[in-house]
Order: sequence, then C-alpha cells, then structure tokens
Amino acid sequence: MNSPPTGLWIVVLLGCCIGCAVPTGSGADGSGAAATASGTLQITGSSTIAPLISEIGKRFERRHPGVRVEVQMGGSSRGAADARRGLADIGMVSRALNEEEADLHAFAIAADGVCVIVHADNPVASLSDRQIAAIYRGEIDNWKQVGGSDHAITVVNKAEGRSTLEIFAEYFGLESSQIHADVIIGDNRQGIKTVAGDPNAIGYVSIGTAQWDRDHGAPIRLLPAGGVEARVQHVASGRYPISRTLNLVTRTQPSGIAKQLIDFAQSPEVHDLIEELSFVPLPR
Amino acid sequence: MSRFRVDDWVGGILRSLSLVACVLVGSIAGFLVLESLPALRTLGPRLITDSQWYPAADATGGSFGLLPMIVGTLAVTAGAVLLAAPAGVASAVFCQFYAPRWVAAWYRKLIELLAGIPSVVYGFWGLVVLAPQVARLHPPGFNLLTGMLIVGLMILPTVMLVVEAALAAVPRSYIVGAAALGLGRWSIVRNIVLPEARGGIITGVVLGMARAVGETMAVVMVCGNVVRVPRGLFDPVRTLTANIALEMGYALSIHRSALFASGLLLLVMAAGMILALEWVQRQSVGQGAG
Amino acid sequence: MQVVLRWLTDRRSWTDRGASVVLWLTAVIISGVFVWIVGDVVWHGMGQIELAFFLQSPAQAGRAGGILPVLISTLGILIVALAVAVPLGIGTAVWIAEFTRRDGLWAMFVGRSLDILAAVPSIVFGLFGNVLFCNLLGLGYSILAGGLTLSCMVLPILIRTLESGLRHVPNDYRLAAAALGISKTRCTVSILLPSAAPALAVGLVLGIGRVLAETAALLFTSGYVDRMPRSLLDSGRSLSIHIYDLSMNVPGGEANAYATALVLVLLLLVINGVAVGLADRWPGRAAPGKR
Repeated sequence: MNSPPTGLWIVVLLGCCIGCAVPTGSGADGSGAAATASGTLQITGSSTIAPLISEIGKRFERRHPGVRVEVQMGGSSRGAADARRGLADIGMVSRALNEEEADLHAFAIAADGVCVIVHADNPVASLSDRQIAAIYRGEIDNWKQVGGSDHAITVVNKAEGRSTLEIFAEYFGLESSQIHADVIIGDNRQGIKTVAGDPNAIGYVSIGTAQWDRDHGAPIRLLPAGGVEARVQHVASGRYPISRTLNLVTRTQPSGIAKQLIDFAQSPEVHDLIEELSFVPLPR
Repeated sequence: MSRFRVDDWVGGILRSLSLVACVLVGSIAGFLVLESLPALRTLGPRLITDSQWYPAADATGGSFGLLPMIVGTLAVTAGAVLLAAPAGVASAVFCQFYAPRWVAAWYRKLIELLAGIPSVVYGFWGLVVLAPQVARLHPPGFNLLTGMLIVGLMILPTVMLVVEAALAAVPRSYIVGAAALGLGRWSIVRNIVLPEARGGIITGVVLGMARAVGETMAVVMVCGNVVRVPRGLFDPVRTLTANIALEMGYALSIHRSALFASGLLLLVMAAGMILALEWVQRQSVGQGAG
Repeated sequence: MQVVLRWLTDRRSWTDRGASVVLWLTAVIISGVFVWIVGDVVWHGMGQIELAFFLQSPAQAGRAGGILPVLISTLGILIVALAVAVPLGIGTAVWIAEFTRRDGLWAMFVGRSLDILAAVPSIVFGLFGNVLFCNLLGLGYSILAGGLTLSCMVLPILIRTLESGLRHVPNDYRLAAAALGISKTRCTVSILLPSAAPALAVGLVLGIGRVLAETAALLFTSGYVDRMPRSLLDSGRSLSIHIYDLSMNVPGGEANAYATALVLVLLLLVINGVAVGLADRWPGRAAPGKR
C-alpha cells in the first residue's frame, strides 16, 4: 500500500483533538473544581429553583461586577451530588435534605406550598383530606361518590422522586406504591395543563404556580387542605399545612462569594424576585 | 492500490474520518455499560423479571422491572412508524409525481419546517390540543394512541424528505420509457419508481424509526407515563426514554445505574430493530438501487 | 372546471384515479395538521414579536424582555455543530460510497455504527456529552460542548442521505471519468458531489432541523445560562431550551414561549433557504433551482 497506514492517520487525528483540548481545558470557566477564586459561581440542581436563582444571580452580578453566576439544571439530587463532588459551588435542592445528604449544609431561601387542583367546571368545591387520600388510593373512582357528576376521576400524580410527590404523600398518609394514577406528569406546569384540559381530573402542584395560572385565566380551582384555603399568603403565615422549603446547599461552610450570594438570597432584598415567581419569602 | 497516488492518500484520510463514527458509537456504548455496571451486577435479571418499577436507593427494597416500559417503547415506536412510513412515502410520491410544481414546493417547505420544530413544541401542542381531542374518544387523552400520533408526526418529515430525494434520483428515462409504453401514472410509480427507490425508502424509514425510539420530551407530555403494560390503544404508557428523562434528575446510586441500564437496553433494542430492517432490505435488493 | 371534466373522461384506469385521490387526501390531511401546529404557534406568538424582542436580553426569568443572547447562543451551537459534522459527514459518505467495497467489512462496520448512533436517545447524548466534552475534555458547560454533542447526533443523518445520493449518481459518470483518466478524487469532487448536491441539501436541512429542535442533549452540555456568551466556551441556552423553560418552568412564561417558537420557525425558514440555495449553487452544478 502506498498510503500511510490507517493507524497513523488515527494517531494524527487524535493528537489534533487532544492538542486543541489542552489549552481550552486550562482556560475554561467552571470545569472540574469549584472556582471561587476567579469570580465564577457554578450553581446546579432543581429546575424549580433554577429560574429564581438565575434572577437572583443577575441582580447579584449587578452589585458585584466581576462575578459571574452560572446556573444549570439537572434535578435536586444532581444538585446535591454536584455540590458534594465539587462540580458545583452551590447546589439547588427543592426539598429537605435526606439522611444521605446530612453532611451538606442547607440554607433555605423560600417556601413553596403544594395544593390540590381540579378543573374549574367541576362542581366539587372542597374535599376532605380523607377523601383525597381515598381518591389517590383508587378507593373512590367516580366524582359522584364525593358529590360531583357521574364521571370517572382522572388521577394525576407526579413522577417518583419529585419533592412535591413526597410532601403530598406524607401529608395525606400515602405510600407512593399505593397511589393509582391515570396520568403521571413531570413538571408543575404540565400538571396544570393536564388538569385544565380535563374536566374530570384531579392533581396537585405548587401553590404559587397554580395561583398565578388561575389568576391569569387557567380553568382550575385550588382546593383547601386541612380546612385552610390554598393561598400563597397562608403559606407565608404558616396556616397552610402542606409546604416545602427551597434550599441552597454547599459541601462545607460557605465562604467568599458563595457566602455572599447565599446571604443575598436569604436577604429581604430579593423578596420581590421570590414573589414574582410565585414562591413565598421566608421571614428572617 | 489505485491508479493515482492521490486516491490512496485521500482514501486513507477518509477512512480515518469514517472511523470517527465507529469510535463515537463505541464510546457511547462503553459509557452506558460503565454507568450501568452497578445495576447490572446487583440487579441482573431483576431488571426484566421484577413486576413493577418502584425504584429505591438500595437494591433490596424497591422493584426495578423494565418490562412494561420496554413494551411501551416498542408500542409507541411501532405505531409511529406504521403511521409515518406510508404517510411519508405517500407525501413524497405526491410531491414528486402528482402535485403541480408550486404546490409541491410549498408542501416541501412546510415539511422542512416541521423537521426543525422542537419536540417541546410538539409535546406542548399534543398536551394542549391533541390530548383533549383524543379524550373525547376515551378520557383522559394521555395514552398510547396520542403518543403514536405525536411521534408519528415528528418523524414524518424525516421519512418524507429522504424518500423524496430517493424518488428524485430515479432516472428519468425509466419513467419516460414506461409512459411511452402506455402505463398510467400510478402504475409507473408502483411498479417502476418505488422498487427502484427501495433503498432510499428503507433509509428514510430507518432514520425515522431511530428518531422515534429516541424521542423523549414529547412522549413525556402526552403518553401518561404510568408504568404499566398497555392493554389497548387507550392505556397510558411510559417509554424507556421518558423514564430516564423523568427520573434522572432525582435518582441516586443504584437507581441511577438502573436508568443507565435502561438506556443501554434501549440502544440494543434500537440496534436490533435497525439491523432487522436492513437485513430485509438486503434480502430484497437485487439491482443496484441505493 | 375543464380540469375536472378532463380528469373524469380521459382514459386513466380507476386504480390510477383512486391512487391520485388517496395521495391528494393524504397531503391535504398532513398539511392541515401541520398548518394547525404552525398556525397555533404563529397565532399565539405574533403579539410579542417586535424589534425589541430580537435586541434585548431576557428579564424576569424570560417573561419580559427579548431573546438576543439566546439567539446568539443558538447560532453559535449551530455553527459549531455544522462546522464539525459537515466535513466529517461528507468525508465519511464519500468514503463509504466511493472508496470502499459495498459489502466490505469496513463499510458494514461504519454503516452499522451510524445506524446505532442515529438511535441513541437525545438524553443519553446529553449525559454522554456532559461526561466527555464538559468534564473529560474540560470544556465545562459551553456552546462548544453543545455544538460538538449535536454534531454527533447529526452525523448519521448527513452521512446516510449523502451516501444515498452518491449511490444514485449514474455509474456512467464514473466510467466516463475513468475512461478519461481522471483520478477518483477528482471525479468525486468535480462530478459526483455536484450531482449529489440535492441529497446533501436534504441532509443539511434535516441536520439543521435536528440541531435547532434539540433540547434534552443541550440541557446537559451547553446549559441554561441566558446571558450573552462572551466566547464559545461560555454557557448559553438555545432557543429550544428557552421555550422549554418558559413553558414548563416559569409561571406566566407561555406568551414568550410562543413568541420564541415563532422566532425559531422564522430562523428555520431562513437557514433552510440558505442551505438549499448553497447546495444548488455548489461549484460545478449545471443550473440552480431544480431539485
């Protein structure tokens, strides 16, 4: 064969690739180890908190020129894992830390309630906690059994692992394996759209999102829980019984700009951002 | 060794380039195997034999049965391909042989556009528009049928455009010759053009099917996502891809590894389906059609 | 009227007519559905589109303001993906079609690899890209990583369509070139590739469509940041991720989600037009236009 062997070409190609990667590798932001020294904060985790931290980060950047706050999604568990492994400076976790994550430091920045929603056309105005639990267990499967019309109930549940599901299940005394769902959804907005599109559906989502959508025309109704009406204000006052905190987590006690950002996120200066996104600021 | 030196050099360079594809696939497969090893080792056949999918962070508690979702993926893919393949071929034939030039141009433009619409938009449309319509047949509207329709819609452009390119490459002399012999338009298409373009048609269907198997966002929004073997078109299903998308962000240790194992399984299934289709193509090809 | 009369009275068989009806019906139904979808996007998105939308940055988590940084990031990802995938794709397709035996081991290997690559779910690509490009190669969440990941996804489409196109070029061309004493390389570059340019156009269109439509893979590689990227190494979100975030994550983001989707559709129109035009005008092609 006259041409150089394939092997040689492969080596040349690989060499070019590696050669390109090395200089960029050393100059890249936010890769590998946490980069507090150079003024970039990597924050990853829950997609629920991501828009909020993104906005808080932008306001923080305006106060501290030279700092870059980079927010990425990936889920609460990934946020905790990345914080622990040093791939991120701060993790976003939209639930309380569990036992395996007890080694991390958590800082609550907002609260979020969980409420049950039905379609606005559904004549049923409220359900007792026992009834809701029975519906989700599949013991009640027709609206007429709880005072509504004669239609099968479409039960909407959240996917496993979501903190909303865990809080819902814990409050109503359900094991997730007991729940008989007709539709399983991922995000809050998907839940709202599903219920809004089906007059016989029942589901549960974050209160803030539901309230905002309802006030802007979505045909849903928020049901009270434990006798308390589902309103963001009632979550803030503590009267509403089903809620969760949104947390920022770090591996070690935070310092430097990470600490400044966390303090900023917990300060009253960002309460308007929190409320804009329909979460509940925590009293200091 | 070829007549010209340059051909040898160019051939060598190109051969190395094409190995990139193999290296890529190898890396991805290797990556999947690596990440799923813990699950494969501890769970092993439980991934198929467990009756349900209630993953827990440790292997002893919880069940990790993938079978309902395997069926879900197969059902959605098969349905989507069954819808999109004839529709795509029909559209391509329409564009090439039946439509006036300006109609064909517009139709093609529309289809090209649809190849680029994000799956989020398709999913959203399915969630807000299509599902309520299907719900009128059988509430709720989040089931296998809706999934098949949406995914079929999504892969239609791929099938149609590739098949059309194949149809366009059929030598004009064949068509003119057949017309001179007095064959009607449909006869020409059915007996001369389609067989000649068979290779391209299979390519289009294969690419479409590959896309269908890998589709994630849209199926999450319309299929219902309940882990259950569907017993009819109106049962909710969860595909393997939807499962990965829904749970990856929240999964730890063995659960995460099990998700990667499902990804590996998906790859094997897809490879199997594609190889089967190509075997069919090889069996029937005699003449030089691509 | 005349057309209808002629259609009814000429000597075509009824099978022929039946086929014609079925095909037209199919086309009408499909157009109808697609116009429904695109129309939905246009209808809801029209209200927000104004010049400021294209020139400002997102505010209030994207519910207000514009999408300029997102547009720039998307274009960056597209350019990187194409810059890597097109040469690689053309090279591989040419090699499979021209330089190697059809039933040889090499061709089989590469062919099967490509098909399997085409079937990898986008989310797996995202995770893979995250590990390879972001972590191992040290690019972090960046446009470069996103573009490279997407080029992997687009490669099978490009290669398969171009290979198909090359195979359909009549063998006479190759024989004539050999008879004239032209090297295979020269023949490919000057004769075969221009003839197969329409197939390349199809591959490009499908590939570009795939890049712009991809969400899951980019979430893990080019990321979520909605700021103006300073370089290819910065994280930047694509239009599709912006749409996903606004419609699924941010309360009240729907209006802008529709508007962004509309912008994406317009972008597609423009880019597709350019791609097809370029392929038609490939140096050496007889005349532009006819596909």
